[in-house]
Parts: sequence; structure tokens; C-alpha cells
Amino acid sequence: MTSKPRKQIHLGVHFPGVNSTTVWSDPRSGSQIDFASFEHLARRAEESKLDFFFLAEGLRLREHKGLIHDLDVVGRPDTLPVLAAVAAVTQHLGLAGTINTTFNEPWEIARQFASLDVLSGGRAAWNLVTSSDAFTGENFRRGGFLPYAERYERAAELVAVARELWDSWDDDAVSPDPVSGAYLRPGSVRRIDHVGKHFQVRGEFPTPRGPQGHPVLFQAGDSPDGRDFAAATADVIFSLHSSFDDGRTFYDDVQARLAAAGREPGSLKILPATTVVIGDTEAEAAELARHIRSQQVPGATAIAFLEQVWGRDLTAYDPDGPLPDVEPDFDGADITRGRARHVKDPRPVVAAWREQAAANGWSIRDLVIAVTSRGGFVGTPHHVADEIDRHVQEDASDGFILVPHLTPGGLDDVLDRVVPLLVERGSFRAEYSGPTLRDHLGLAHPDAVRRPAALAG
Amino acid sequence: MTHLHLAVDLSGAGAHPAAWRTLDPDQRRAAVDTLTGHVGTAVRAGFDLALLDDSFTLAPAADRAVRGTLDAVLVASRLAPVTSGIGLVATVDTTHTEPFHVAKALQTLDHVSGGRGGWQVAWSTTPAAAAAFGRKDVQDEADAVDEAREVVGVVRDLWDSWEDDAEIRDAATSRFVDRDKLHYVDHVGERFTVKGPSITPRSPQGQLPVVVRVGSPESVELAGRVADVVRIEARGVDRAAELVARVRTAAAEAGRDPQDVRVLVDLVVVLGADDGAARARRGLLDGLAGSAFAPATLQHVGDAASLVELVARWAPVVDGFTVRPASLRADLPLLADQVLPALRAAGLAAAAYPVRTGSTLRDSLGLPRPASRYAAV
Repeated sequence: MTSKPRKQIHLGVHFPGVNSTTVWSDPRSGSQIDFASFEHLARRAEESKLDFFFLAEGLRLREHKGLIHDLDVVGRPDTLPVLAAVAAVTQHLGLAGTINTTFNEPWEIARQFASLDVLSGGRAAWNLVTSSDAFTGENFRRGGFLPYAERYERAAELVAVARELWDSWDDDAVSPDPVSGAYLRPGSVRRIDHVGKHFQVRGEFPTPRGPQGHPVLFQAGDSPDGRDFAAATADVIFSLHSSFDDGRTFYDDVQARLAAAGREPGSLKILPATTVVIGDTEAEAAELARHIRSQQVPGATAIAFLEQVWGRDLTAYDPDGPLPDVEPDFDGADITRGRARHVKDPRPVVAAWREQAAANGWSIRDLVIAVTSRGGFVGTPHHVADEIDRHVQEDASDGFILVPHLTPGGLDDVLDRVVPLLVERGSFRAEYSGPTLRDHLGLAHPDAVRRPAALAG
Repeated sequence: MTHLHLAVDLSGAGAHPAAWRTLDPDQRRAAVDTLTGHVGTAVRAGFDLALLDDSFTLAPAADRAVRGTLDAVLVASRLAPVTSGIGLVATVDTTHTEPFHVAKALQTLDHVSGGRGGWQVAWSTTPAAAAAFGRKDVQDEADAVDEAREVVGVVRDLWDSWEDDAEIRDAATSRFVDRDKLHYVDHVGERFTVKGPSITPRSPQGQLPVVVRVGSPESVELAGRVADVVRIEARGVDRAAELVARVRTAAAEAGRDPQDVRVLVDLVVVLGADDGAARARRGLLDGLAGSAFAPATLQHVGDAASLVELVARWAPVVDGFTVRPASLRADLPLLADQVLPALRAAGLAAAAYPVRTGSTLRDSLGLPRPASRYAAV
């Protein structure tokens, strides 16, 4: 009896970003900007044969109460130049980055992704993020020009134009013929002429088609619009749903949308972001996880988090003391700019928190640690490997994007101790089987583009 | 004797339009591997910087030699980790781009290269580029150059928007940065406004060297106003001297020390073991192209020794040269093996890289490193 091959797990690493998940106060915490940090994480991920390295983006420094937020890591590089540099120190690892769809134009961004795909031998991926707020817009020529409700419409048209541009070069357009003097095969590059609601783009694209044809597309929005957009357009969903039950629900929901969009099952990979904390025993791992949480939420961070919900200044309160005795300011203007506001009406939330805090004897800091915990895998390497494998085999996800809390070495022990266990049980690759990110993710390449050669003359 | 600044243009397969046609079958190699090899040769030669051209549009469709282009900042970033010593100067447009993106892209090139990044400023006046973006009408030279001036200004503001010591990692007060050292640039111009600060911390050079190619009178004024390095085209020393004087005058009129601009003349080279061999190469390339290549600038067709003599003759007139090898594959090795060593022996060029490894492009150009303009005095 032949055994059915196990469903293969897909894994990426997420370079630590600028929220409080990243601990900078630990003495082992390295630079957020030196190339050596990106190189460290990318090389380690490639040694473990991971699918991709992921880098998020920022277009405006976060503000809290009208001032630049200084409690978390601040500052990040431009996404694509770092990915291009990482391409120089890796051979197989996918290179995924967030690029915003509101404050970029198709001609330029399509050129950049085609260039990255060529420069990396077919490893580029684009995480589509649609933020369109006026706060971020203050750094750009058109300001906050895009109505919130149109952000996915613009993103869809942007991707459509980019795809037209990538398809405007045949796969084998570059066919140098020293004798005839033609560098490109005649007829292999076509003008495009796009006139749409958001874009008017005309001309001959100057950049060759990359080995993948199109870069892999990731999508990260969780709203119904976001999920529909992913089902219609993306190859990978960067999901928030890392717990088993949430994951199963999300997985089924997305598969249904995928089918409704007329696409094959498996043509869209669902990858939640998750943290992993391992220890030699369950108790050791749990203690380490608690320690990390306390590092991630120092007192000032706890106060700042509550201020986002309360909508008012709370610096008079002691983070190690009880919850503020004042009511939230429901009509308060957005006190934090530059990140999504999660709580629309704070009053029921605050009431529930007061109950929890009272029942558990929690301080402000204890409460914030508790309510901002996002789960993640905690345990011995065997336990964690079992859990990751179970999630994927039982379709709570197709894999995970691993997020370290320390730059750049926060995943070193996870890669060393957990990934080999996944390889052992046949759920994860021991070697890369192909050169491109599409190969690693099991995604089809877009149809080859080749038009008949123009008649001579 | 002052050392000349020496740049090399690594665009395409070389300056001559038929250069690619003499490539050996090895041209199947990935473009990036070939270019990495060329940069390695340029490092061996000891050039101060390598220039990568870029454009949003293909050369005219009638030119069947068009090769397609890759984004220059990404090419430079891809080259950075596997090269050392040499500056990597990328061409970036100012007409159809977002200044905020331009600023962080170049800062990031500087970060990944350890301080070897540079910016060759470009602007677009073609209908093709305007149609590719569909946001603006075609602009004339004066308008596009004026916009370039505004973009360079705000990009430089953004490069300074983080003071060098903004990152403090003060665990006692839970502060990663000192927000007093992060500055809104609050640029309010006729064409656009930019709030800032940059998303990216101050880069190793602080301010990347800016290169401007001179053509139009408007570009002379721009060069005098903003450039660290100016590229001129001139076939003879008198023309070169005239252009140098105009650039220095423009710098003075902009309130700068005229000697702060380093004016380099473009020099196309077709090299050979002797003058006859060089002329034969030139004939072969012209034959393939179907017409004589007539660059609008100084050209040397000959051996290494006569090139060194030419450089010595021109040295009093210019601050240096942007060498444009007719064929990168054929001419770069000769530059590395024969020409630049001879220039160094003659005291015309600075010491080669082993002495300078770890230095920045500003160091190579003799430019001091400025503190942020926003830093309290």
C-alpha cells in the first residue's frame, strides 16, 4: 500500500517590524537597519530551506497623541532595495515584500518587481497592502486622495495593469542575434494602452519579463473585501488567524471564495503569521513566553495601548496599578495615527476588561499583556512541530510566516530545532526542488507568453 | 598634483551601440553575473564610482538594439553586498516619481552598501514617459529641471530628517528613539508637499553624493545649484574649459564655493594593444552598427599609453573623467590592467582600493560628512 504524500508545509520568515512584538530592550537585540541583520535572518532561513523571507513596509512614522511614537522600534529600510541586496546573498529563498497599492503607480512598481524577479532568478513576491489614509498621504504628491471605499478597486486595477505590463514582453523576448543586430526577437514586445477609472497607462514597457512571469502576489487584508480581493487576485494570503479553530474557519471561508472566483483549490496558499517559543520542557517554554511578553509590554507600552482604547491621556496612571477609574472618551479623535484602529466603541470592551482585571487581580500591565497576546506556538520542539504539522495536515492553514521577537537571531533556535522535525516526518522539504518561489509554493507559472514572430521586412 | 576623480559608466554593454554584438557565446550568462564581473573589474581598476543609467522608456522602437532596462537602484542594491570600495551611483528620475520614495530608496542603497551610494539625477521631457504614468502633461526642459531642483531639495531634507543619534534604545524610559531628533521636513512647494520624517534612519553617508549630467542651459544652473559631481560632454579642451567655467559660475551664483563641484568630462574609450588594433576594433563595431559612432564628447581610439597622455593633457582643465568604455567586456580589463595603474604611477589618480576599503563614496570624492541640517548647533 503506497502512503499518500503528506501535505507539504510552507514556511516563511518575517523580518521583525515596528510594533511591540519586536523586543529591542534585550541585550541580544541587533540593528533594525544594518544590512547584516537582514543577511543573518535570510541566510539562516535559506539554510533551513524555507520558502521565503518577508519584509513589511512603512510609509509614515507612527504617531500617538500627536507625537512620533517612540516606545517601539522606529525606522525601516525601503523594501525593494533590501530584497535586491538579500538576493545577492541567497540563491533559492523567496523575497517577499509589502508595497502599498495607493501611493505607487503601475509603470514604476511593475518595473521594480520585474527587475527584482530578473535580478533574483525568479524569487520576487509582492504583498499588496491598500492603506489610503490622509495621514500617510501627507508624504505623497496627491495626499489622501483615495476614498477608503475605493482602495481595493484601485489595487485590483493596479495589479491588472502591472500584469498587462509583465505580459507585454514574451518570455523569450531577449534573444540576442549578433548577426541581425536585433537584441529582442521581432514582435516580442508590445505596446499597452490601458484606460481605466484609476489609471491611464500607455507605451512600451522597458523591462524584461522575469523568470516567474509575474511575481507571486500576497494579500494581507482581513475584511470581506480583502478576502474577495485575495480570492480573485492573490497567490498567498498573509493571515492573522493562527489559532486552530480560527484558522479552520478562515480556511473554509477563503476556499469558498476561491471556488466562487473560479479558481483551483490550492492555487491560493493561506499562511498565518505566528510566533514560536521553544524550551527543553513545556514549563521552560511557557516561562520564556511569559518573559518575552513582559519584555514586549513594558509599563509605558501598556499605558499607550490603553490610551488608544480610552481615547485620552492616561500617563497619570501607574502601569502596575489598577485600571484607570475614568471612562473612555467615546468621541475622542483618533489618538494614534498610522496604525489600524481596532476598537470602534470602547465602552463594552472596557467593561469586559474591568471584569477580567477584577477577577484575576490584574494590573494595567497584566491586563494589556493578557489581551494583546496573539497565541503562537509554545512548547518543546516536538510539541511545536506536532502542532504546526497538525494545523497544516488538517487545513487550518497551508503553513506559517514565522515572526521572531528579536532581531536578527530570534528564530535561530526554532529553525535549528523545529524544522528538522518537520522534515523527518515528511511534511517539509529537505532540499529545494526548483529555482523559483512559485516552485517552492507549488504555484503554477502564468501561461508562457509568446507571439508569432513578425514577418521579416 | 591633485588626483583626478575617475568614474566609469557601466550602462548597457558599453557606450558603443554595437557593443553587445561582439559578446562571446557566454552572453547566455545572467545579466547580473555579467554586470557583477564588470563591477569587479572596475574595482580592480580603482575607479571611484560606477554609474548605472536608467529610464522609464525604451529607446526608440526603430532601434533594434534596444535591450530593456532594470531599475537602477535595485541593480545597485543587488551589486552592493558582493562588491566593495567602489561607489554605486544609480540614476533616478524626478519627474514621475514620489520624492518620499526616492529619498528612502537611495538611503537604503547607502545602508546596504555601507555608504557607497550615489544619485544621478534625471528628469523626463518625453511624451512617452508622461503617457506611461498618465498623471501629468509633458513638461518642457525648464519646467522639468525646475521640478528636479525642488525634488533634490526635499530629498536632501528627508535624508537629514533623522539626526545621526536619533536612535537611543533607552530601556530606562522605554524609548527606542529620541523624538526630538526626528524632524518633520514640512516641505510646501508649488508642485507637492511632503511632511516627513523619512521612514528610514540617517544613512552611513548622511547625504549621498548627487551627480548631474549637463546638457541644456537649465541643467547647467541645476548642476551649479545642487550637484556634487557634474558630468559634461566636450570634444575639445576649449569647450570643456568653457563648460567648467559656466558650471563654477552657476555654483557661485547659487551661493556655493565653485570648487565644491567636481566637473568630470565624459570620455569614450576604444582601447587596443596599439593604435592600429584599437582602430580596427572601432571599425568592426561601426561596421556592425551600420554607421560611425560619433559621441558628442571626447573619444580616445588607441592604446593605453596614449590615453594616459590624453588624460594628462586634460587634467588641468577638469576635475576628472567619466570613462565610457565602448565595450565593457573588451575595454574594462585594459583600463584595469594598463590605464589606471599608469595614471596612478603618474600621480594623476588616487591609490587603489586596498588602501581605501571601508571608506565611503564621499571619502573617495573628498567630501566631508555633514551633520543633519536639523541638528541643534
